[in-house]
Amino acid sequence: MSTTPQNKVQRPLSPHLQIYKPMLTMTMSIVHRITGIILFFATLLLTWWLIAAAAGPEYFVYVEGLLTSIIGRLFLFGATWALLHHAVGGLKHLLWDTGRGFDLKFIEVLAKGSLITSIVLTFIVWAIAYGVR
Amino acid sequence: MVEINLPKNSVVGEGKKWPAPQGSNLKEFRVYRWNPDDGKNPHVDTYSVDLDKCGPMVLDAIIKIKDEIDPSLTFRRSCREGICGSCAMNIDGTNTLACTKAIEDVKGPVKIYPLPHMEVVKDLVPDLTNFYAQHRSIEPWLQTKTPEPEREWLQSHDDREKIDGLYECILCACCSTSCPSYWWNGDRYLGPAILLQAYRWLIDSRDEATGERLDNLEDPFRLYRCHTIMNCAKACPKGLNPAKAITKIKKMLAERKV
Repeated sequence: MSTTPQNKVQRPLSPHLQIYKPMLTMTMSIVHRITGIILFFATLLLTWWLIAAAAGPEYFVYVEGLLTSIIGRLFLFGATWALLHHAVGGLKHLLWDTGRGFDLKFIEVLAKGSLITSIVLTFIVWAIAYGVR
Repeated sequence: MVEINLPKNSVVGEGKKWPAPQGSNLKEFRVYRWNPDDGKNPHVDTYSVDLDKCGPMVLDAIIKIKDEIDPSLTFRRSCREGICGSCAMNIDGTNTLACTKAIEDVKGPVKIYPLPHMEVVKDLVPDLTNFYAQHRSIEPWLQTKTPEPEREWLQSHDDREKIDGLYECILCACCSTSCPSYWWNGDRYLGPAILLQAYRWLIDSRDEATGERLDNLEDPFRLYRCHTIMNCAKACPKGLNPAKAITKIKKMLAERKV
């Protein structure tokens, strides 16, 4: 194979994401990232809500109206899940940081378990929220 | 950096469908091809192999294809028994050794690609220069300060057991090239295989360079790009767990501070 600069062929990059078998463990890692990014925006929203409260009753009513609309509630529901999923994922990483929980069968349990737990917890939080309203 | 799409010269097209042989037990093999001499993009060729006249492993099939259908098909292989690591490739969506992967474990056509996110030299042969250079960088040999003993360096049975699950690594690169962190940061992140090797020397009771080795690894990129994605442990054809070894290194670094 020639390596002189003039006729060096540009080698292709072999396919990666395009061909790698999708797996729940890898997907949960990506979801952990995405929920982290969602939480960044959810925190902005929370700050906005607090600023609205400080700005006075009229502006607060306006923001409250947006947040409690159907779209607002859907977004808050999603943000609740993102927070809980990221928190449960954090516990999973805490376990791994101690050097435990690396067994190949157990990591599948962790992946499924964290997903189910976060969804169940989200519904519980919203059931409580509607209950005390 | 994360790059979801392949560069223009790397986009894979549909290639040639080679004539099927006579036989009743035919299996399709869809194989990535790239020839540095024809100026074309990579493409996937389809071959049919009669499994009644072929050995049980994927390597048997691609050797048969090379022998009987298409002598230009290029791949690395040597020991054919899972100890040399040469025939590491992506089969049916995961990285493994072609010589220990049974054809019957794959449903439908057997899709074969080179190890992911690597520069391709030709067909199924990736360029492992960076991988080997990274291995060199962790100085994978015994380092001692005390005067050499008359005979060999001795080790208790308990200390010897600590390198079980590590010394078996054959450096096939299946784990490193399965790791998304290594895909995006392979120039600076050492990757699972090299870090497992690094840990193998860190916990060897005979090695006396533990501090220096840890200094070399304490780096946001070389070590801490591992996010416990776990693709490495799932890919390893030797059943090892690089993710666990990496966590142990992180633990050693944390414990050294307290």
